[in-house]
Order: sequence, then C-alpha cells, then structure tokens
Amino acid sequence: MLEIKNLHAKAADNEILRGINLTINAGEVHAVMGPNGSGKSTLAHVLSGRENYEVTAGEVIYEGKNLLAMTVEERAREGIFLAFQYPVEIPGVNTTYFLKAALNAVRKHRGLKELDAMDFLALVKEKMKIVEMDQGLLNRPINEGFSGGEKKRNEIFQMAVLDPKLAILDETDSGLDIDALRIVANGVNALHSKERAMIVITHYQRLLNYIVPDYVHVLFDGRIVKSGDRQLALKLEEKGYSWIEEQVQKNQPVNL
Amino acid sequence: MLAAIMNSTEAKNLYRTDYSRLKGELAGHGEAWIHEIREAAIARFAELGFPVKRDEEWRYTNVNAIATIPFERARYDIEGLAPDTVGRASLGLLETSQAVFVNGYYSAELSSLRGVSQDVKVGGLAAALNEGAEWIESHLARYASYRDHAFVALNTALMQDGASVYVPPGRIVQEPIHLLFISTGGKKASVSHPRNLIIIGKGSQVTIVENYAGPEKGNYFTNAITEIVVGENAVVDHYKLQRESDEAFHVATLQVCLGRSSNVSSHSISLGGALVRNDVNVVLDGEGGECTLNGFYMVSGEQHVDNHTRIDHVKPHGTSRQLYKGVLDGKSRGVFNGKIYVHKGAEKTDARQTNNNLLLSLDAVIDTKPQLEIYNNDVKCTHGSTIGQLDQDAIFYLRSRGIGVESARRLLTYAFASDVIGRIRIDSVRAQLDKLLAAKFQKDS
Ligand SMILES: Nc1ncnc2c1ncn2[C@@H]1O[C@H](COP(=O)(O)OP(=O)(O)OP(=O)(O)O)[C@@H](O)[C@H]1O
Ligand SMILES: [Mg+2]
Repeated sequence: MLEIKNLHAKAADNEILRGINLTINAGEVHAVMGPNGSGKSTLAHVLSGRENYEVTAGEVIYEGKNLLAMTVEERAREGIFLAFQYPVEIPGVNTTYFLKAALNAVRKHRGLKELDAMDFLALVKEKMKIVEMDQGLLNRPINEGFSGGEKKRNEIFQMAVLDPKLAILDETDSGLDIDALRIVANGVNALHSKERAMIVITHYQRLLNYIVPDYVHVLFDGRIVKSGDRQLALKLEEKGYSWIEEQVQKNQPVNL
Repeated sequence: MLAAIMNSTEAKNLYRTDYSRLKGELAGHGEAWIHEIREAAIARFAELGFPVKRDEEWRYTNVNAIATIPFERARYDIEGLAPDTVGRASLGLLETSQAVFVNGYYSAELSSLRGVSQDVKVGGLAAALNEGAEWIESHLARYASYRDHAFVALNTALMQDGASVYVPPGRIVQEPIHLLFISTGGKKASVSHPRNLIIIGKGSQVTIVENYAGPEKGNYFTNAITEIVVGENAVVDHYKLQRESDEAFHVATLQVCLGRSSNVSSHSISLGGALVRNDVNVVLDGEGGECTLNGFYMVSGEQHVDNHTRIDHVKPHGTSRQLYKGVLDGKSRGVFNGKIYVHKGAEKTDARQTNNNLLLSLDAVIDTKPQLEIYNNDVKCTHGSTIGQLDQDAIFYLRSRGIGVESARRLLTYAFASDVIGRIRIDSVRAQLDKLLAAKFQKDS
C-alpha cells in the first residue's frame, strides 16, 4: 500500500528526515517510536503533504501512485488520514459543517453519492459511539475549548467518519488518562481491518497493550535505525533509547 | 471611457457653477431656512475644496480621482435600469415596506409602502421639503456638519432628494423599512447626492435598512448623507449595505443623534467600489444612551475602503460598543479610524472599540488607528486592533480532511467574519450577505 524509499525532508534548512525506508501493506499496524525531535511528526506531516517541509530526496508510492505529487486534499481524498499530535482549534467553523463538507469531498472523489443532512447525521450518530463522544461537541467550533482528551477522541471520530485506507496516528495516546486511552484504543481497534493500514506513532508501550502492532520501528535522528516486532517496544520501555543512541553514535549496527 | 480630467480648482468650480445654475430649482428653494443652509454649505465647500493628503482625516484616502472627474449630475433614469434590478437587490425583505431611489431620486413607481402604517411617513425628501413639513425644517442639515467635511458641504448645497422617514412617538414598527438606492451607471460619469433624514419619536422602535447597489460596471459617484435622530427611549436597528461597481465612488456620512436612554445599533457592510469612504458619527446626547456599531468590509483587487467612526459621549452613563472587521485581498487597501471622544460631562461612560483585519494577500494593506480623547476621569474606555493572516495550521488541518484549499480559505474567512455577521438580526439580510460573500469569493479566486 505504502512504500517509502530513501525519504529526505527538511524545514527551514534543517534536515529532519535523512533517508527513511518503510513498506506498509494493507491490514498492517506499524508502530513508530523514537525520542523527542527524532522526526516522527515530520514523517507524518510529510506523508500528509504539509508544505512547510521540503522533500529533498526519495520517493513515496501510495497504491501505485506518486504520493508526493498530490496536494494535501488529494491525499486525504485518496484515503490518507492524519490524527494530529496537536489538533488545531478553529474558532468560528462549526464541527458538523466541517465534517460534512470533508466527508462529501471525499465521497465525491470516490464516486459516491454526497450525503444529505439526514444521512450524515445518522452516520455521525453511529460513529460517535465508537469513541463515546458527546454529541454536544459537534455543535461547537472545531476543537475550540475541547479538553486534550476530547480533541484526541475527535480525531479518531473524524477518522471513523472519513473511513481512510491509511491512518497515521501521531501520539493519539499522549496525555490521556487510562480511561480515555482505553476509549481511544478501542476506537482504533474497531477501525482496524484487512483493508486498512495504520501507522501508530507513540512514546509509550502502554498504548501497544491495546493496539497490537505487527511491526515496531525506532526512528532516530531522521532515520529508522531499528525495526522489530512487539518485543522491541517492550525492550524500549525497559531500557529507554540511550543504548540505541550509543550504538548509532559509534556507527555500529543496532542490535538488541 | 472617462471624460476629461480636471484639476481641483476646475472641479471646485464645476460644483459651484452647478449650484448657481440649480439653486432656483433645488428642493425647498422657496424656503429661506434651507436656502441659507445651502448658501453657507457651498461657501464652505469653496473654502475647503476637496480633501488632500495633509488633511489628517484623509491621510490614507486619496480622493484625487473624485476631484478630477467631471461628474455630471445624475438624473432620474428609470429606463436605464436592467429588468428586475429592484428584485435582485431586495435582500429578501418585504416588498411592501420598500422605498426605491434611482440615482438618489425617490421613485414612486418602484416603491411600495403598503405595509407601512399611515402615521409612519416614508417617502422622498424632495416632496417632504416642498410640502414644508415642520419636522424637516427642525431637523434637516442640523446634525451632519458641513463645517469641516467637504463632501458633507457638497451634499448639503446640492442635495435634491433622498429618503425621509418619520416615526411618531410610541410606535413599534415590525417590518424593516427598506431604503433601496440604485445607481444606473450610464455612459457618462455621474454624481448623486442622496440625502436621508430619519426621525424616530420617543419610545418607538424601528429597523431601517439602507441598501446601496449599482451595476457591475459603470463610473459613478454617490455622495450620501443620512441623519438619524433618535428620540428618548427609542430603539433603532440600522443597516447600511454598500456594494457597487468596481469603478464607482461612494462617500457617505451617517450622523446619529441619540436621545436619553435610547438604544441604537448600526451595522455597516461595505463590499467595495473603487473608493468607499464611510464616516459614522454618533453623538450620545442624552443620559444613558447605548450605541453599538458593527462594521464589516471586504475588498479585493484595487479597491479602497475607509471607515471613520466618531463617537461623542456628551452625557453621563453612555455605552458604546464598536466591532469592525475587515477582509482584504488582492492589492486592496483598507483604513479604519475610530475616534472616541468623551466630553467633560460624560462620567460613567463605558466605551469599547475593536477592529480586526484579515489580510488574504501580501499586497493588501490596512491602516488602523484608534483615537481616544477623554476629558473625564470616571470612565471605562478600551480599544484594540489586530491585523492577521489566515492560520496556516488551520488551513492544513481542513485540507488534511479532504477539503479543497479554496474552500478551506473561504471557511476560515467566513469564520473570521462570523461574529460580526452573526450580529445582523434580520435573517434574510444575513442569508443574502452569505450569498454575496460567496459570489465575491468566486469572483476573486
Ligand atoms: N517546521 C519546522 N521548521 C523547523 N524545524 C522543524 C519544523 N518542524 C519540526 N522541526 C524540527 O525537526 C525536528 C523533528 O521534529 P518532529 O516534530 O518531527 O519530532 P517528533 O519526533 O515528532 O518529536 P516529539 O516526540 O517531541 O513529538 C525537531 O528538532 C524540530 O524542532
Ligand atoms: Mg511529534
């Protein structure tokens, strides 16, 4: 589904991604871990098409197409969804209005009939259950005055409504108490399917108790320096990142 | 094509000659009181001339284009109207409370006032002047000062017609009174001087919509004045909507005088012309008056819009609230100048002023300037202004959900304007404005 080859990206003369290679197949869940500032969010944003980052080398093939040639909205309509680490507050734009416009843009692109207000509401009601979201939030401006947990739930809710093929969750678990974490993780699991792939960016192994990844990757200084299975996440939890850092600095291959 | 360019002395003389030629026929010409006012106004205009850059109140607005085009006096020209012009400009308001003015002249044929009760007088100013109505004499040209504003002086000397509205004391007028001003444009550049006088009796309540519309193309100049006198304890909701040709000039003064405990909100919506200048002057002349000014302006291309407000707190316990918001695209230019003047006797004044601007392009420019002059210690006055761009994070967020970049920009621009537009209390006007904004967006992008 997604093939990232030797991806380099910079922002403001700061080289952040320095040769990422990653292949993801439909149905797979890939966890991406790594210390602060290693480039995890940058990777997520570059995949979503954020223009602040300049891709200086490499390519990304998504479903056989050149992803990097698509605009942000084209990628979204083609099924890429980013759950933001820091969801943006947008005063004055009503959440329901926004989501209906988004869904219909996506549906139109996929050759589906646009939903009217009634059908949309029915869909929304059903999807809200997945993240136990309060319907009142829908009548408010996007994320405005939402608590941290509400914002993260809203991201997963939007994902449920938009039905992406590739979901990128950027620290959707950070800052959540255990109940909220459970709700969010259950929401994600409910959306897990054979057709859908997920990239789950996280600092914490605890999320991976709920969302079981097929692969775990360690991003360090703009490169994936280590890949493994669930055990890698447990080991990182136990030993931290310093051992990886040491080995990278000594230019040694990273071994467990 | 534009007619020959004049220099400013020629321009001044053109209007003075017009005045000399016309003074024997202008509305109310037999009446000494109005004759004296006109004479004083044209003399003052001759002294002032058109404003220039060094006039503090005109620093950012160059009226050279107005001063150098030899505008012809506009005529009542109903043949020049495109079919259904009135219908399209109606804002969804009831047709039965609608007075229509063509190039500043009241049109009995196009107006319908069946829905307005008999004792509420709505009609043309020329007729009211010629009839010698007493309320006209005691109020007309007694508020908007021609002493220090050349365009007010010009209008006062040359005014012929416009709207006259008289609401006797104690009336609740349910339906908004719609004053629709249509300019026909025409082949030659023309000028009209609509003059409106609105008197609201003690304890009455009324909604008034001044609506200025013109053709897509056409070089014309509207020089309007509206005086509103609000009686004790009266409640007025006033709207002024302006959208004219990209070649049109629109200069207007709104002068409002508030009686004791009266309450006025006035909404000014400017959707552009080549040059638009609005002066809104409010005098809180009785204790406990309350005034809200809401403004929204949206311009693009090479358009220029200038909003000057001045609120005079003369008596104690007055409240004023101002919220002006502007959206500027292309190479457009905006000016906001808001003056709050608290007089010595106006203790317990509570005045607030906010001006927020959204620049959609790098070439758009806004000059925003609050001015507080406070001669009383026991007052609360605040002001604030902002200039910003669309939030790139928000645009990215919307696009990342599949919303196209243009739609995202539009959504955020609406969002920016939503609070001030939300204050429009007439649903149909709000809905119509949404449509106008959408159309404007389409045209610009
Ligand atoms: N737009 C930008 N301009 C300049 N530098 C940037 C920009 N975005 C990110 N960076 C820098 O790139 C590096 C990687 O940032 P990124 O946000 O991708 O890290 P991260 O792995 O997501 O970190 P965290 O775990 O703290 O979320 C950091 O040093 C950051 O300061
Ligand atoms: Mg991050």
